[in-house]
Amino acid sequence: MKWETVIGLEVHAQLNTRSKIFSGASTAFGAAPNTQACAVDIALPGTLPVMNRAAVEKAIRFGLSVGGRVARRSIFARKNYFYPDLPKGYQISQYELPVVEGGTVTIVVGETEKTVRLTRAHLEEDAGKSLHEDFHGETGIDLNRAGTPLLEIVSEPEMRSSAEAVAYAKAIHGLVRWIDICDGNMQEGSFRCDANVSVRPLGSETLGTRCEIKNLNSFRFLERAIDFEVRRQIEVNEDGGKVVQETRLYDPDRDETRPMRSKEDAHDYRYFPDPDLLPLEISEPWMAEVQAALPELPQVRRERYASAYGLTPYDAAVLTASREIADYFEAAAEGASGAVAKTLANWIAGPLSAQLNDAGAEIGESRVSARQLRRLVERINDGTISNKIAREVFDAVWTGEAQGDDAADKVIESRGLKQISDSGALEKIADDVIAANAQQVADYRGGKDKAFNSLVGQVMKATKGKANPQQVTEILKRRLG
Amino acid sequence: MHHSSLKSLSDALTAGDISSVELTGLFLKRINERNAVYNCFVSIDEERSLAQAREADLARAAGRAQALTGIPIAQKDIFCAKGWLTTCGSKMLSNFVSPYDAHVVERFNEAGAVTIGKTNMDEFAMGSSNETSWYGPVRNPWNTDAVPGGSSGGSAAAVAARLAPAATGTDTGGSIRQPAALTGICGLKPTYGVCSRYGMIAFASSLDQAGPMARSAEDMALMMNAMAGYDARDSTSLDRPVEDYTRELATPLKGLRIGLPKEFFADGLQPDVAKAVDEAIRQYRALGCEVVEVTLPNMKLSVPVYYVLAPAEASSNLARFDGVRYGYRTSEYRGLEEMYEKTRAEGFGAEVKRRILIGTYVLSHGYYDAYYIRAQKLRRLIAQDFIAAFDKCDVIMGPTSPSTAFRLGEKAADPLQMYLSDIYTIAVNLAGLPGMSIPCGFDSQGLPVGLQVIGNYFREAQMLQVAHQYQLATDFHLRAPSDINA
Repeated sequence: MKWETVIGLEVHAQLNTRSKIFSGASTAFGAAPNTQACAVDIALPGTLPVMNRAAVEKAIRFGLSVGGRVARRSIFARKNYFYPDLPKGYQISQYELPVVEGGTVTIVVGETEKTVRLTRAHLEEDAGKSLHEDFHGETGIDLNRAGTPLLEIVSEPEMRSSAEAVAYAKAIHGLVRWIDICDGNMQEGSFRCDANVSVRPLGSETLGTRCEIKNLNSFRFLERAIDFEVRRQIEVNEDGGKVVQETRLYDPDRDETRPMRSKEDAHDYRYFPDPDLLPLEISEPWMAEVQAALPELPQVRRERYASAYGLTPYDAAVLTASREIADYFEAAAEGASGAVAKTLANWIAGPLSAQLNDAGAEIGESRVSARQLRRLVERINDGTISNKIAREVFDAVWTGEAQGDDAADKVIESRGLKQISDSGALEKIADDVIAANAQQVADYRGGKDKAFNSLVGQVMKATKGKANPQQVTEILKRRLG
Repeated sequence: MHHSSLKSLSDALTAGDISSVELTGLFLKRINERNAVYNCFVSIDEERSLAQAREADLARAAGRAQALTGIPIAQKDIFCAKGWLTTCGSKMLSNFVSPYDAHVVERFNEAGAVTIGKTNMDEFAMGSSNETSWYGPVRNPWNTDAVPGGSSGGSAAAVAARLAPAATGTDTGGSIRQPAALTGICGLKPTYGVCSRYGMIAFASSLDQAGPMARSAEDMALMMNAMAGYDARDSTSLDRPVEDYTRELATPLKGLRIGLPKEFFADGLQPDVAKAVDEAIRQYRALGCEVVEVTLPNMKLSVPVYYVLAPAEASSNLARFDGVRYGYRTSEYRGLEEMYEKTRAEGFGAEVKRRILIGTYVLSHGYYDAYYIRAQKLRRLIAQDFIAAFDKCDVIMGPTSPSTAFRLGEKAADPLQMYLSDIYTIAVNLAGLPGMSIPCGFDSQGLPVGLQVIGNYFREAQMLQVAHQYQLATDFHLRAPSDINA
């Protein structure tokens, strides 16, 4: 039987506000345990929550960015359960009336675009951390993270593969950073995913029983956890068993998911509206203010790049992975032809991002400026240098061998890397190579195409790579014709 | 001196007849002598109180005296007060010294008042007799075999026994008004949102409200001037212009329309109470008031509605008492679950557990709509009844409690009977309205009767006027229990 995978994601994006969602304590990461937990955060008797408007504003930014409905009035609810790192014995979240409903996100897998619908996004507070090591069998509690604002973004179950799920997670990750509501730091837990995974016979309309895989904090783990879970569920079904609805954890060391709790022992969270907080009212003027301050969104830029430069969805998606990359591209591509823009896209996605990776730098710290890259790419496209020589020029510019927007030109000039396009000179070299390689010439004439490539290689070698390979091919063919 | 009003104490301090240190010492001495009988106070901290008194004397000497500077005020032990044991009447918090001040405490400190002690109360304010306190029952100064009412029973008894000139209370379903009625003093529950709940240990957040307990309307007005006011730390606190609650006291009542809901005078009302309330109404007519009949048809639902909503909120509010970060923790446990179970089993008393169970039940999956949602709808209907009634009248009057003080233990084994002692007060909390109790007579046993006055939203100043004008014409508020020496 053929099976179809159905995936929905819940993303927890930590909102990058300075203070917590219901208290004035700092949200900075990495402080000594319990030094950033005030009376409200540790839930001293008598303390009360007060809504942080900055967190609401970031939720509005998100809602507007995905084209969702921002609720004029939403409600905070208490989610009741006992855990030592949950100081109040309840988490303040949103349940029946979330701040954002609906909206869409466009993802690109390969060259295919797909629109994923969002169910909702709601504001809530994070819990603290339980530390099970270093306490001689006891548990330490660090409440620094307690009360950190989160936006939980819930998708419809519309992803059909781990690749789509990862593309979706990356799109949300890119978006929340793009609109500056979350730093996206997955190591620090600022961006975490829960995946709801089920399988069903291909063609079936009803959803299979799902399992929720909790706390996936890298795109790689997300992909592997889903792949494992899909295989597991298909196996269970094909062995005549039934998938049990449960919450599972992914163990990256063993590359498998394991049950955490089943539906039977699922909590009854006893949600009810938090009487300590008034309904969250968002006025039209406030929304308009937030709307006006929104940057141009990645989707808009992608469409612009496609129409202005004829870039493919894949290239456009790569260039809009972050605002910094997109800004770099635009600075480089300003007024460029489609061909130059395409080469720029390749260079940004390829050599530049590899170099940045090696250097551990962000694109904003690139030692090859957007204008410098533009000049380099123009020299490739106008035939002055080959792609291969361009790598040498790029490295030279990166190391600071020449300065200025025309640094590439300076390197080409000083190192003498200009492609030999003078056909007289090339014809002479070709003749010398033909004379010196009688055997290969004979082989080629005898029908061995490989021998021809060797001759081209000889010419290229003789010109130190500065010849245009296409031109060399033409000359040799003519000569040996 | 211990019979004096806040105003006359303030005058005596201003005149230099007495210092705050002397006045504070006088009340501390009375507490030391008599608290063993009434059990009004959970904690006394002479050093801390006298230090505040010295500050007050210095402030007065420096010309910075305000209306309450140097005057001792007792704080219900539900209010967090920095450096003070703050127990909420519970074993659970029997070791909790608050690191911060509640807004109300802060306001009294800023007004120069002296905290004379923390008063006993029903555990987590859950009770109507002060018998649920971990610190033992409070006794009614009018008859030590009787309860003082609750949950602010310690505050009420302290004021009635002249162990403090005035005290703070909190009222979730009648916890200021009912003990005020049963001990022959005055108590006001303001409109929800007038006094900040910050630092007031939550019982039922949507109903809890702090208020003054004192011997006269004038004293309550002075306390309201200190207590009321916006606080950004409480999202349900109302940002309104500052009021002088004394401003209407002197205005005669002529033309005031008093609404009498027939539902307040139905079955179950003790005849002596009915008689005293009738007498009070007659007095108001004599003062030029007009009496109209009003109806509150949904009021009969207020007890069941309250006993869904208040426990629901309480079950969640009390979840933080888990032994993890502060408060009581059981001494021996294996694992987390056992620590939770034993800590909460040992730390909470029976009434608190009962309400946590009720609240957990009504919020549970499958029951939420039938209980919580329906109760919320009925709550709105109850409020609408009042709003309609206030089209016809300026204030509503009736008994505060169906009976005078009952005997210790009389209702302790019967929660339903206990719950019904708040039958006239609960609807006011559900509607968020201000309510007040003032002494209006005595039953055949010599136990005090309270008259309840319910005002429209934010009409506390008018209610205080209504009480003050009555108190100018009567002397019930001046009567003291017989064993209180002069």
